[in-house]
Amino acid sequence: MNIHPKPLIACRECDLLQREIPLSPGETSCCSRCGATLYRCSPDSLDRTLALVLAASLLFIIANVYPILSIEIQGDRNATNLYGAVSALWDQDMRSVSFLVFVTTILVPAIELSMMIFILLPLRQQRVPAGIPLLLRILQSIKPWGMVEVFMLGILVSLVKLTDSSSVIPGVALWSFGGLTLMLAAVATSFNPRDVWAHIKTDNAQGAVK
Amino acid sequence: MNRTGVSAGSMGLCSCHACGLVSRAESIFGTAHCPRCDARIHIRKPDSVRRCWALLIAAYILYLPANLLTIMETGSLVNYRKDTIMSGVVHLWKTGSWAISAIVFIASIIVPLFKLIALTLLLVSVKRRSTWWPNQRTRLYRMVELVGRWSMLDIYVVTILAALVQIHSLATVRAGSGAIAFGAVVVLTMFAAQEFDPRLIWDPLTKESEL
Ligand SMILES: [Zn+2]
Ligand SMILES: [Zn+2]
Repeated sequence: MNIHPKPLIACRECDLLQREIPLSPGETSCCSRCGATLYRCSPDSLDRTLALVLAASLLFIIANVYPILSIEIQGDRNATNLYGAVSALWDQDMRSVSFLVFVTTILVPAIELSMMIFILLPLRQQRVPAGIPLLLRILQSIKPWGMVEVFMLGILVSLVKLTDSSSVIPGVALWSFGGLTLMLAAVATSFNPRDVWAHIKTDNAQGAVK
Repeated sequence: MNRTGVSAGSMGLCSCHACGLVSRAESIFGTAHCPRCDARIHIRKPDSVRRCWALLIAAYILYLPANLLTIMETGSLVNYRKDTIMSGVVHLWKTGSWAISAIVFIASIIVPLFKLIALTLLLVSVKRRSTWWPNQRTRLYRMVELVGRWSMLDIYVVTILAALVQIHSLATVRAGSGAIAFGAVVVLTMFAAQEFDPRLIWDPLTKESEL
């Protein structure tokens, strides 16, 4: 049974049934009908991703603890960090909006980063922790709701809006958010869930089609 | 590029939306599960078109209050203003921040409108089993998914300003109820885009080739 054909793959976007082809490192295979990316070959992607995720987690903590911006009008100063902004909105009876901001800028990135550490750290030691399929599925479904990069642009727009009425002092968190945006983009490009799936054995072989 | 071809669905096969494994979608009773990750599998997202329409119509309805109601109130010693999304953009333009004004205009006005129109177009074309430009329509769907999140920009700006500009009597900023409607539009259109199944675009082509 050494000569079985390459596994079947169906395009996520147009459902075209195709056979996988071997790739050299750095190559990407695309659907022959609609051009969607099917899979990538990136050796060491898991190690690299883990390093990036750890760096991103550190920046995430800094970004949440320190103030983002502070303003000064006629000697009066005020500063806010992300959680302060969320709770200020909550106190203004904008609970749904405050909740939305909390989920997209704090909760989802925090869950994403901690789940990735939980998945990648044991894999490095050649252990496959239980419940990885569930974690990967959750990771995939919450991904669209992490919006750190949009929030970063929001900080910049606020900065410009404030400069003509008051003096604005960028806080430590502003720089950390900038770094976090870059780190998360790097994580997204380097993380290849396919490599994790490859570690997971298929339960009942008859269900999978060769 | 070949426009037709054998789809997994027409062979009774189904690729797992979570892990991508192709398996037989055989289940007359109950639901089929992926043999590798145990996720529920469907040949097409269930009830995709109906759910997408429902979310989209709700988004259309909220689109009006989102644009007509006040999103931000600014008060200071010298003046008091209420801004809708559009008047905020105009104000930025008048005060000379053209680049930022253009960014906010694109993120808050163009992107939501583009999403609503694009999803409507996709739903209508799928309903009519159109074989018209499937590649371009798939690309359109990818764009909708890619740009959707950026409409949250104004919500974040209001959040930051409302928390920061709280210097008693000198200057205060409050979020307006327009922000609730606007946030709802963003969330509803994002869910609508997720419910839509781009494989439906290609189904009429597959069926035609089989005849
Ligand atoms: Zn395709
Ligand atoms: Zn699966």
